[in-house]
Amino acid sequence: MSLAIGETASGAAPAEGAPLLELRGIKKYFPITAGVIRRRVGEVRAVDDVSFTLRRGETLGVVGESGCGKSTMGRVIMRIADPTDGRLILDGRDITQLRGGALRGLRRKFQMVFQDPYASLNPRMSVGSIVGEPMIVNASAPRREVPDRVAALLETVGLDANARLRYPHEFSGGQRQRIAIARALSLRPQLIVADEAVSALDVSIQAQILNLLADLRKEFGLSYVFISHNLAVVKHVSDRVAVMYLGRIVELAPKSLLYRTPLHPYTEALLSAAPEPKRHVSRERILLSGDVPSPAKPPSGCPFHTRCPKVMDVCREERPLLQEREPGQFVACHLY
Amino acid sequence: MAANAVSHASGVSRAPKSKSPLRLSIERFFHSPLAVAGLVMLVAIVFVTVFAPLFTHFSPSQPDIMNTDSPPTALHPLGTDGSGYDNLARVLYGGRVDLTVAFCAAMMTMVIGTLYGGVSGFFGGFIDTLMMRFVDVMLNFPFISLVLIVEAVFNTSSEWVLILIVGITAWPGPARLIRGVFLQLREQDYVVGARTVGCGNWRIILRHMLPNAMSFIIVLVSFQVAAYVGLDAALSYLGLGVPPNVASWGGILNTSTGYMSLRTEPYAWVPPAVMIVLTILSVNFIGDGLRDAFDPQTRT
Repeated sequence: MSLAIGETASGAAPAEGAPLLELRGIKKYFPITAGVIRRRVGEVRAVDDVSFTLRRGETLGVVGESGCGKSTMGRVIMRIADPTDGRLILDGRDITQLRGGALRGLRRKFQMVFQDPYASLNPRMSVGSIVGEPMIVNASAPRREVPDRVAALLETVGLDANARLRYPHEFSGGQRQRIAIARALSLRPQLIVADEAVSALDVSIQAQILNLLADLRKEFGLSYVFISHNLAVVKHVSDRVAVMYLGRIVELAPKSLLYRTPLHPYTEALLSAAPEPKRHVSRERILLSGDVPSPAKPPSGCPFHTRCPKVMDVCREERPLLQEREPGQFVACHLY
Repeated sequence: MAANAVSHASGVSRAPKSKSPLRLSIERFFHSPLAVAGLVMLVAIVFVTVFAPLFTHFSPSQPDIMNTDSPPTALHPLGTDGSGYDNLARVLYGGRVDLTVAFCAAMMTMVIGTLYGGVSGFFGGFIDTLMMRFVDVMLNFPFISLVLIVEAVFNTSSEWVLILIVGITAWPGPARLIRGVFLQLREQDYVVGARTVGCGNWRIILRHMLPNAMSFIIVLVSFQVAAYVGLDAALSYLGLGVPPNVASWGGILNTSTGYMSLRTEPYAWVPPAVMIVLTILSVNFIGDGLRDAFDPQTRT
């Protein structure tokens, strides 16, 4: 399954262990406007001051409920959405302000796999054109070599090389997701942002795609930001897991620590709500009252204080910072 | 790349037969009886007008002064008008003017409308707001007055003047519709995906958005054609169509508007009227057929 696609994108890779991706205080606010003159009356704080680093070869899982800002964060990383504030550093280079051609030139380093494989492939292009297009627009391969490379890529993701002559509508959801992965791989990226990459697929197919992603990670030394609402899926693929609530990371820890000894009350509640595969292990369920507050009117202090079972007075006043409370385990909570 | 791929495939194992979405749409189109009937009818109409000399030896601009105001005879199957022009010749040759105006005007409005609406929808935001306000202004542009002014100033009226005027006044409608389509396409994952793999704006517009807007545009073209077939007839009523010495369906209808001719000379005005109706009908059938053929909901 070896794939001969040129040299790696970066000429001189920085030292091993240096972060591949760093988010520093990333904010993404969407303005709420009113009236014909589009007066700004408020803002939706989709992502509110998120910072983390992603090491080379690492998979960071991002979990949270719908609307917690995890997809928006993925779009900000991909530079599809511009951050309102903060800095985005990829491979030692600040890419927050890059635009136009300079940004396009760097895009080969970070690629995305979308949630819905029925929407992410252009229905009017053949699979060969879809997978080959990134190489052509980036001139990362001589044009006449593109068909062979496409064939090799399709085989790498477990499809027949002849698939390139066919069109997306002839494939199933799982196969389409493989095509999307082949497209993302075609530029030999270092980072892949997978935004709910398996949640639109059947459970049996999910496992196949997750295993494929794990294999590719080993083979190509990829790093993933794996966004999902599914705790079991995130547990399966991640090295570290970030839990998001209302646009903020409330806990960030290695997988084993987070699933075994969650610190943040929200993480605890989230884990207790997930079905437990082992029957004899029964966990006490923590039921949260109330709804997620609107990100347009986030609560003062800790965003979770309105629903937290262990709420204290300080939680309403002061916003907790994400701090390391156990080795490697970061949590934003006044309890610790 | 295609040639390379094909040779590669035939060498080892036959690739399964694969049909492009366009090919599937064409097949669906030909499975619709009404659409095929419309197509056959339109082809027939275009044929008799283009090859008019095969069907009559009279010229639409040479009066037969020995037979003015003749009812249908063996010599003049549809009779002649008061000046001795052969009605059949004028109907056949006249179609050229009406069809040219309809097709060219539709094409021109659609090309301008697609460019304008496409750019507006692709960029969105402030550019879009600005461009759409201009569309609002143009939608209220007094079309008839412009025709009148241009014809007065240049002292001419021809089908090309008509096409030009329609082209520069009628694009805002299609532009607004196409802008809506592009706005919608812009948010599609495959368009966002094209950006993330490094495609530039033009490549995204031409390779990703336009092909997916094409079905909509083609359908819109067909309805535009239908709308402009009757245009010459409408303008002729106001005396603003093509000059009277040029034969056109609208022109013939206009000369037969008198009470007496309507009653006593149906052979003069019924044929062009029927031709206009048939053209509009067939173009609409084709348009409906195309819409169904391109609609992904009706996948066969």
